[in-house]
Amino acid sequence: MKNTYDIAIIGGGVVGSSIARELSKYNLSTCVLEKELDVCCETSGRNSGVLHAGFNNKPGTLMAKFCVEGNQKFDEVANELDIPFKRSGKLVVGFTHDDKEKLIKMKEQGEANNVFGLEIINKDRIKELSPFIEGEFALYSPSTGILNPFIYTIAMAENAVENGVNYFLGNEVLNIKKEICEDKEIYEIKTNKGTYKSRWIINSAGLNSDKVGKMLGIKEYTIHPCRGEYFILDQKAGQFLNMPAYPVPNPKAGGLGIHLTPSIDGNVFIGPSSEYIDEKDDYSVTKEVMDLLIEDGGRIFPHIKKEHFIRNFSGIRPKLVGKDQGGYDDFKIELREDIPNLINLTGIESPGLTSAVPIAKYVVSLLSQKESLKENPHFNKYRKGITCFNDQPLEIKRKLIEEDENYGEVVCRCETITKAEILEAINNPLGVDTVTGIKYRTRAMMGRCQGGYCQTRIANLIKEEKNKKEEEILYCRKDSNMFVGKVRV
Amino acid sequence: MTIKKDVIIIGGGPAGLAAAVKLKECGIDDIVIIEREKKLGGILRQCIHDGFGLTRFKETLSGPEYAQRFIDEARQKNIECIVDTTVIDLTHDKKVIAVNKNGLLEYEAKAVILTMGCRERTRGAISIPGSRPAGVYTAGVAQSYINLQNTMVGKKVIILGSGDIGLIMARRMTLEGAKVEAVFEILPYASGLPRNISQCLDDYNIPLYLSHTVTKIKGKSRIEGISVSEVDENMQIIEGTQKNYDCDTLILSVGLIPENELSLKAGVELDNNTKGPIVNENYETSVDGIFVAGNVLHVHDLVDFVSLEGERLATSVTNYINNNKLPKCEINVIKDNNIGHTIPQKISGENDFVLSMRVRKPIKNAVIEILQDDNIVRTIKMKKAIPAEMIQIKIKRENIKSKSDLKVVVK
Repeated sequence: MKNTYDIAIIGGGVVGSSIARELSKYNLSTCVLEKELDVCCETSGRNSGVLHAGFNNKPGTLMAKFCVEGNQKFDEVANELDIPFKRSGKLVVGFTHDDKEKLIKMKEQGEANNVFGLEIINKDRIKELSPFIEGEFALYSPSTGILNPFIYTIAMAENAVENGVNYFLGNEVLNIKKEICEDKEIYEIKTNKGTYKSRWIINSAGLNSDKVGKMLGIKEYTIHPCRGEYFILDQKAGQFLNMPAYPVPNPKAGGLGIHLTPSIDGNVFIGPSSEYIDEKDDYSVTKEVMDLLIEDGGRIFPHIKKEHFIRNFSGIRPKLVGKDQGGYDDFKIELREDIPNLINLTGIESPGLTSAVPIAKYVVSLLSQKESLKENPHFNKYRKGITCFNDQPLEIKRKLIEEDENYGEVVCRCETITKAEILEAINNPLGVDTVTGIKYRTRAMMGRCQGGYCQTRIANLIKEEKNKKEEEILYCRKDSNMFVGKVRV
Repeated sequence: MTIKKDVIIIGGGPAGLAAAVKLKECGIDDIVIIEREKKLGGILRQCIHDGFGLTRFKETLSGPEYAQRFIDEARQKNIECIVDTTVIDLTHDKKVIAVNKNGLLEYEAKAVILTMGCRERTRGAISIPGSRPAGVYTAGVAQSYINLQNTMVGKKVIILGSGDIGLIMARRMTLEGAKVEAVFEILPYASGLPRNISQCLDDYNIPLYLSHTVTKIKGKSRIEGISVSEVDENMQIIEGTQKNYDCDTLILSVGLIPENELSLKAGVELDNNTKGPIVNENYETSVDGIFVAGNVLHVHDLVDFVSLEGERLATSVTNYINNNKLPKCEINVIKDNNIGHTIPQKISGENDFVLSMRVRKPIKNAVIEILQDDNIVRTIKMKKAIPAEMIQIKIKRENIKSKSDLKVVVK
């Protein structure tokens, strides 16, 4: 069965990439089919970047189990993948007696899930922990953390690639057939770019997991896209916020309520809202929700200034529950008897980012029920990230320039990102060459001028390094051409 | 090893070059310009249209030509210019750290001149709703692609904002074969200079819609269209006025912000109105020995004024270096609500100075009065004062009679 993979993972988000990395620990040939041109273009990249503690989920659910496990073991993962991560702690703030009762219940739920260190604290203690957060009392969770979801997903995918997994980006699965090959049934997966053969399929297609499921004969699931919009504030606002601050959640809503999150890079996110929408890729932002974010966010964090607005974005939750029901269903991770050689994952919404590693380990345990897995003796769990020049002390900066003169050329002035970092990002292990690919990997263009200074330079570097014409440079997705060509030839 | 200099100039655009040349003329020799681009000239390099230098040289030069006159003078005067070098840190005691391909440079100066210019306000800063496709550019970025990179950004163009660069780009893109459908401005008057409205829009039959704004950006990959609506006097959208336009490009010309990230590192205090440093008549910031001029101080509409400001600053810096101090500036310059900002914000009363200001909205038959202790220091009458045009007023020291606040009012 030449040219046939043991495993094809459909969807290269944080969960698909975590599964890919986990599978690369074994002697299996694995590929990942991703419809976007990078690995963190949808739900995995478009969120608050919070490593949840696990007190929001009902005891006994996979969500509760995996979230707690993912949180408690994250330091090791962050170290292996060389990604920025901080255990910032988190506050869920309340104002009324009713809020306080809910916070106490949440604390009890967390303790039932084995979350450590939860405390109900008063206003004085809130001010001590985070002086600019408003609230009469709060649930304080010391184990909650913040991370960069782009870098996390990319790191996972890169480590998988380094350990032999093949990523096929820009490959949208169109249909899946079963075919007999040397007396065994195998899958033939047709994408917009080619045909891939595999003995197993792991469906981790996130927002489209229901669609892919239907291609495989699974009819019972429907994903209800639920959009959350955000504001991103300047790092100048970041000095006022050292940990995520959430309101008491409304159990009927699709999310945890509009909160304030410091990004690991020092910006502040306000959001997300929660709104069921019709299209799975409608990442619009709206005037109504922007106004709501400012109003609701301002209740907890009064330091919101218009001059600090940098950008808006939205993410979409792949929910199994619709608007009428509200709230959360559990993750569905199934080794199905009706469809052999398939592991189906659906409804992987929050806390999916936190749960990605335990989910992957669980998937491998399901697989091992059917396949005898042999360890890959060459597996290297370490991945090296791009060295961030700006974070280094002066002497290291000096040394870096001595070793590579490109560290002496600052390309992105807002974030002080050098040409050496941009070049390393352009030549990334996944082969991504979109403009946002460089942005996600380096932070260039994420600052207050939004690429006003560096975007022209980065576009030129992509052109040179990848030998591309102007009209071939893409911003993010398929057909997102930046230019129409030369002014004159 | 720390390199000691009398004066370090951060930014080799029009303000920095003018300051450097003037300093040299005043006998200050130990100076260096640090420029992050590969060439001197700043933003003028991409301004290939003409109209520069009308007041200074009585000629209509292109941006690069205007810059070249100063670059040539700097060369003749052997002014040290380090290009392709980015300043990454500045402290209140005037230590400067810069990097380039050759390494990390540490400087210490008696005086630092900040001439870093400004940046463009972006889509995110004004929170335009809709999707986030490719094809949304600020006017200056589009100008850089077209004029410096030989790269065409689009063919069917909508422009939001009637700032000067947006107007210039409306003409430029038309000349390069694009169809500029319209310019929309949220204010009830144009933000750019009247001559640019006439020469860049009227001459090419490009419509300008005042009191209109973009309410939605459409398209998932490349921009496919926008919605616009009329706004009322409070800039709120008027329901039922929405119109849709197809386009492949949206150019934003929605304002410029002085670029003061380095200034903040040194602890320089900023003005809420200009977003640039608070300065006294010597162009000195709140930090002793750190001076500032040009668009990093307040956004100008004419480069000629930028050069003049750089030169006036150089005179102050010369006094500062030679005498080791400047007259104390304890008189506040305060303004009424019809005025957007004034520069300087503090004066000594012992020197002549130039007051720069902008009105907040167009005023016909404007009377600008400068008062002290209810006495009129100076009165200026103008047929029409508009926000697009910076007003500069010379004030003589003999008219400053006390140490009370100077009030600027417009009627």
